[in-house]
Amino acid sequence: MMATTPHTTELIGSDRFELHPDDEAAILREKEHYEQPQAACIEALKIVQRRHGWVPDGAIMAVGRLLGLGFAAVDGVATFYSLIFRQPVGRHVILVCDSSSCFLTGYETLKQALVEKLGVDYGATTADGRFTLLPVCCLGACDGAPALMIDGETFGPVTPEDLSDLLEGYE
Amino acid sequence: MSGSTSGQGNPLRYHSRIRQSGTERQPETHPLTWRLRDDGEVVWLGEYLDKDGYQSVRRALAESDPQGIITVVKDANVRGRGGAGFSAGVKWSLTLQGGDMPRGYLICNADEMEPGTFKDRLLMEQQPHLLIEGMILGARANNARQGYIFLRGEYVEAARVLNRAIDEAREAGWLGPDIDGSGFDFDIAVHTGAGRYICGEETALINALEGKRANPRAKPPFPGQSGAWGRPTVVNNVETLCNIPAVILHGADWYQNLSGNRTGDGGTKLYGVSGPVAEPGLWELPMGVTGAELLDRAGGLQQGRRLKTWLPGGTSTGFLLPEHLELPLDFDSIANVGSRLGTGLMMAVPEDRGMVSLMRNLEEFFARESCGWCTPCRDGLPWVVKLLRDLEKGQGQAGDIELLDKLAADCGPGLTFCALAPGAAMPLETALRHFRQEFEQGIGKVSGDTRGVPDRVAADAPANNR
Repeated sequence: MMATTPHTTELIGSDRFELHPDDEAAILREKEHYEQPQAACIEALKIVQRRHGWVPDGAIMAVGRLLGLGFAAVDGVATFYSLIFRQPVGRHVILVCDSSSCFLTGYETLKQALVEKLGVDYGATTADGRFTLLPVCCLGACDGAPALMIDGETFGPVTPEDLSDLLEGYE
Repeated sequence: MSGSTSGQGNPLRYHSRIRQSGTERQPETHPLTWRLRDDGEVVWLGEYLDKDGYQSVRRALAESDPQGIITVVKDANVRGRGGAGFSAGVKWSLTLQGGDMPRGYLICNADEMEPGTFKDRLLMEQQPHLLIEGMILGARANNARQGYIFLRGEYVEAARVLNRAIDEAREAGWLGPDIDGSGFDFDIAVHTGAGRYICGEETALINALEGKRANPRAKPPFPGQSGAWGRPTVVNNVETLCNIPAVILHGADWYQNLSGNRTGDGGTKLYGVSGPVAEPGLWELPMGVTGAELLDRAGGLQQGRRLKTWLPGGTSTGFLLPEHLELPLDFDSIANVGSRLGTGLMMAVPEDRGMVSLMRNLEEFFARESCGWCTPCRDGLPWVVKLLRDLEKGQGQAGDIELLDKLAADCGPGLTFCALAPGAAMPLETALRHFRQEFEQGIGKVSGDTRGVPDRVAADAPANNR
C-alpha cells in the first residue's frame, strides 16, 4: 500500500495540496476506461494514497476538480470505503482478518499478540509511525487461516510465535 | 495497493492452491481446473492455447448468434456460482438487446468477500485466460461492448495476473476489435475496489463501478434492463463465467452428465473446506457430492475434535447439523433443509466452540459491513451484536432470545433493498433453532435493567469510517 512512501503528516488540517503530475496523468488514463469521469474517483483516491499513505482534505478537492465532481461526492466515497484512509497511517498497514474461518482457527489470540507487540489496538498507529493496525473482511485465504495482510501481501496461517520474524522485514 | 517486497519468499506467504494433482484433474471431468499446473504457476497464453484455450470463442463466434449461446447455457442449467444459484442462461435471456437498444456491459463479480470463500482467487491468480474466455462468450451472448472485472482491492496478485493476461489476449487478437475475424468487438478493464463486503451485491457493485458509494439499488429495473450508466448490464460471478467455455465446446448434455445422477444441477463445483479440519483446501468435484465426501477430502476435523455444526457456503448461509452431511451439496437439496448452498465452501465448527461467541463474531461482521441504507440492517444488526455480546458474558436478560428471533425475522427476505440483512438473519435463525440452549445459558446471571440506553455498536470499525 505505502511501503516506500513517506508518512505525509504536514498536510493534516490543510487544504493545500497539489496532485503530482504522474498521479494526475494516471487518473486521466483511468478515466478513459469509463463512460463517465466519476467512475475514476475510487482509483484516483487510491493513486493519491499510494503516494502519500493517506488522503488529505486537499486531495479530495484536487480529485474533485480534476474529475468535475463536488467535494462532498468525493469525500462521501472516500469515507465509505474501508481501504481509503482519511487520516495518516503508519509506513506499513497490517490488516487482520477477523471473519469466521479465522475466528474458528484462533485469530483472536493472534490479534491480541499483535496488540501487545505493537502497543496499539485497531485504528491506531505505533508511536514510531511504523505500523497501523486495522481489521479486514475475510481475506479469501481460509485454507491458510488465521490470515493477515501487510502492505498488500497475504500471509497465513500465522501464529503468535511467527510475528517477530514476520514484522522484522518492515522498517 | 502496490505490494512491498518485504514478504517475498517468506514461507508464511499465502499461496492459493488446488488440492488435487494433475493426474486426477482431466479435461473430461474437471473443466474448471484441468489446465492448472501442479507447481501453482500461472497458465499464461501460450500454455493456455496449447491446452485448447479460446477454442470455444472461435467456435461460438463462427457458428452461433447470441441466442444460440444463451440456449446452450440455459439447457445446461448453469446456476450462478456466486451464491444465489440463479440460472445464468435465464439471466442472459432477460438482458435487453437488439433493435435500438445500446450495447451494454458485462461485469465479472470478482469481489470475493463472503467469509469462508476462497475459490475465485485461485481461478484468477493461476488461470486468468479461462475467465477472459468466459467473458467473451458472455459478452457475445448479451451484446456487451465492454467488460469489467470488479476485483476486491485486497486481491493484489489477481490484479497483476489479470492485467497481464488481458494484455496478452489483446495482443493476440482475442480482445479488441474484430475478435478472431468475426467482426465482434469487446474489451475488458480491471476495476479494483477499496474494501467493503457490500460491493459484492450486484447493484451496489454497479454503483461502486460508477465511482459512487456502494449502496444497493431498487429492483426493478434489473441490471439487464438498466445497469451501469443506464445501459443493459450483466453481472456474473468468476466461477460461473469460467464454466461457460466448456459448456459451449462440449454441449449442454455433456455438462449435465458431469454430475452423474447425484443431482439435477449439472457441471462441477469448486468446493472447499475451512475451519479446524486436518487439511483445509479446494477441490473441483461433481456438483452434488455430499458434505461427508467433501469433509473426507479435508481429512475430517483435526485430531481430537468432533463436528458440531457446519455452514455449507459462507456465513450468510444457515447452520446445518452432522446428519445433513449425507445430503448432496446442490442448490435445492440444501435449500430444502432451511439453508443455502451459497458459495459451496464449507465451514466446519467443532463441538468445543460455543455458538454464542461464533454468532457474535459473525454478526459483528455483518453489522460492520452494512452499508447503512436500510433501517432493519443498519439498526437491527448492531442491536443483534449487542444482545449477543451480553449473552456471551452471561448478562442476557429475559426476553433477549425472543428479541433475537424477532430481529432475525425483521432482517429476513423482502424487507431490505438487498440480501445482506437476510444473509445475516439466516445463520442467526438457524443457530437459535438448533442450539437454543446455548443462548439460554447466557441469561439470568445479572438481575434488573443493567443495560440503560442502547449505544451504537462500533463493531471494531476503523475510526476513520465513523
